[in-house]
Amino acid sequence: MKTFINIAFVLLTLGLGAQNAQFSIPSVELKTVDGKKFNTSEIKNNGKPIIIDFWATWCKPCVMELNAIADKYSDWQKETGVVLYAISIDDAKSMSRVAPFVNAKGWEYVVLLDPNSDFKRAMNVINVPHTFIIDGKGNIVEQHTTYAEGDENKMYEVIKRLVENKE
Amino acid sequence: MKIYVKITLWVCFILCLNSLLYSQNTNQGEIHGNIQIDAQTYQADSTINAPKVPEKMLLNSYANLVYTRGKFTAGLRYEAYMNTLLGFDARYNGTGIPYKYITYTDDNLEVTAGNFYEQFGMGLVLRTYEEKAIGYDNAFEGVRVKFMPFKGLTVKGLTGKQRNFFELGPGIVRGADADLALNDVVGFLQNSSTIINLGGSFVSKYQPDKDPLYKLPENVGAWASRLQIMRGGWSLYTEYANKINDPSADNRYIYKDGQALLVNLGYTTKGFGWILNAKRVDNMSFRSDRNATIMQLNINYIPIFTRTFTYTLLNKYPYATQANGEIGGGTELLYKFKKGTMLGGEYGTNLSLNYNRLHSLKKNNPTDTNAIGIAGTLGYQSPFFEVGDELYYENITAEINKKFSKTFTANFIYQYFAYNFDVLRGMTGHGMVYGHVGVIDAIYRFNDNHALHLDAEMLFTKQDKGNWAMLTAEYSIAPSWFFSVSDQMNYQNPESNEINHFYLGSIAFAKGGSRLQIGYGRQPEGVMCIGGVCRNVPASNGVMVSLSSTF
Repeated sequence: MKTFINIAFVLLTLGLGAQNAQFSIPSVELKTVDGKKFNTSEIKNNGKPIIIDFWATWCKPCVMELNAIADKYSDWQKETGVVLYAISIDDAKSMSRVAPFVNAKGWEYVVLLDPNSDFKRAMNVINVPHTFIIDGKGNIVEQHTTYAEGDENKMYEVIKRLVENKE
Repeated sequence: MKIYVKITLWVCFILCLNSLLYSQNTNQGEIHGNIQIDAQTYQADSTINAPKVPEKMLLNSYANLVYTRGKFTAGLRYEAYMNTLLGFDARYNGTGIPYKYITYTDDNLEVTAGNFYEQFGMGLVLRTYEEKAIGYDNAFEGVRVKFMPFKGLTVKGLTGKQRNFFELGPGIVRGADADLALNDVVGFLQNSSTIINLGGSFVSKYQPDKDPLYKLPENVGAWASRLQIMRGGWSLYTEYANKINDPSADNRYIYKDGQALLVNLGYTTKGFGWILNAKRVDNMSFRSDRNATIMQLNINYIPIFTRTFTYTLLNKYPYATQANGEIGGGTELLYKFKKGTMLGGEYGTNLSLNYNRLHSLKKNNPTDTNAIGIAGTLGYQSPFFEVGDELYYENITAEINKKFSKTFTANFIYQYFAYNFDVLRGMTGHGMVYGHVGVIDAIYRFNDNHALHLDAEMLFTKQDKGNWAMLTAEYSIAPSWFFSVSDQMNYQNPESNEINHFYLGSIAFAKGGSRLQIGYGRQPEGVMCIGGVCRNVPASNGVMVSLSSTF
């Protein structure tokens, strides 16, 4: 019974938390697919929106989502200046597969490697795919877990609103 | 003790609530976290060997809270298993706060006290991590310092004991690692198109020797070195590890040294990728309790290089890490047929071809008078470049991913596999399983939000449980709703004349960082593996509820 009370309590805090958009990007050292060190505090885009997308090469819905965005990404960039950071949680097992995989797909994203899920943990991500939309000030304005066909359009509506509101 | 935990818990929740209410003000810091609850009811079902569960309902749950203010981060995880879901280790039963920490982060220094996860290189001598879906968590409790004296060099030092369910293991682990990006340090490499990274680690564990029979090493040291070179689409990564003699339950108390070598070679350019992996692992089980087994108290991690799939029937016979010894490799070719070509069509076609083969090590008698593997001896001799006779695993996989039109996409997979059931499941009398798997996975978009996903899978084998077929239909309404029904059929089973059906239906709702799923149906027994680490999943029949949220 105590457990249930505890869980109910967490759910309550959860409900309150949902209204709270304040969320700075934690600082975690990752690597780029080119083998260079990259600190997540460097995730910036000159005041324009950012998408952070947690994925893995073995995750089917993640790849579907990134494929769907890839078809529209150059239009999105032209219209809003948005940049997508694709954070691969592939561990030592499949990490060496990330660069060839991304190239073979022809994706133009900034791809970062998070092989022991340090950044995933810092962002409290449970399952992939999980996307965050971040405004020009570095606040998380929207997040979404799982992927359904068409989610990318909803995501883009949010990004466009961000850019329009700023202007 | 229990009261203490409960009080801490309540105080923490109240603090959290308070902080949440005021967290609009940045000076107060920020509180974030997540929660996951998985519950299932169980009905005995003799046709699929689903056992009777006295509790009728079982539940796994946890919640993380992370508080950040300036340079300080503090976090904790509360876990409750009432009791563990079937297939998870019953030693998790109960509740507690097994994970709590404070971290101070400055520009070139990071200090953590409490629990933490860490990985040196690929993890051959040290990796702690958590994988809730298989009940894996070997977090350290102790202190860790990361220091970046100048750009390009990261030095880490740590000491701690490891999580063992809701307790700590008996051994003390000490470790240090240095990671050097040579291009940041050496003048003439600074603008070079060749990237060179170097790393080295040393790890030692201490556990008292209380064995009445053997004189066991109380301190066991292991070291690893790694090198990465990248240039113009080429990349080479190699890591070599060595461990002094470490008699344990895993290696049946032999006094042999351990070693492991991993090599990854790759080439990639736009639309093309090629990977070659090779590995040799010899007596590299490394735990902070020499008597621990299965998923308990691993200090290191031996990666496997076979592909991971999310398709059910491709996961019936998955490869699992063999820390005691394995030799083998694999290769994969990735190619995109360009738009407008014959095979590429209007949108381009993605192709992947993959091959893996793994064997036992070649083992010779350690001395003229001793046989192989006798406790208290050197165990065996193993020539480095020779391959053992026993096949552990082999697969050939071809995958084609094609977008036919704006509304229709499909994925086709064929796989041949050979699976050494006895070695990979730790059993006897099953021998090898040979099989073929086919998958067709198609998605049709009705409009911007509505889509139908059909997934048909077949597995053909004469061994083990025989043939399987599976059909899944999922209808999704973006961004929130998923309705899915599936049936997995075991037919032509050598042990039974009946066709066993495993029906499953579920509804999922996702909004923001939250997801709720309710399902009902049957699940066949099998194994669930993540990263080469597996847990057994017993057959079950019941209602499943899963809630997760990130906030």
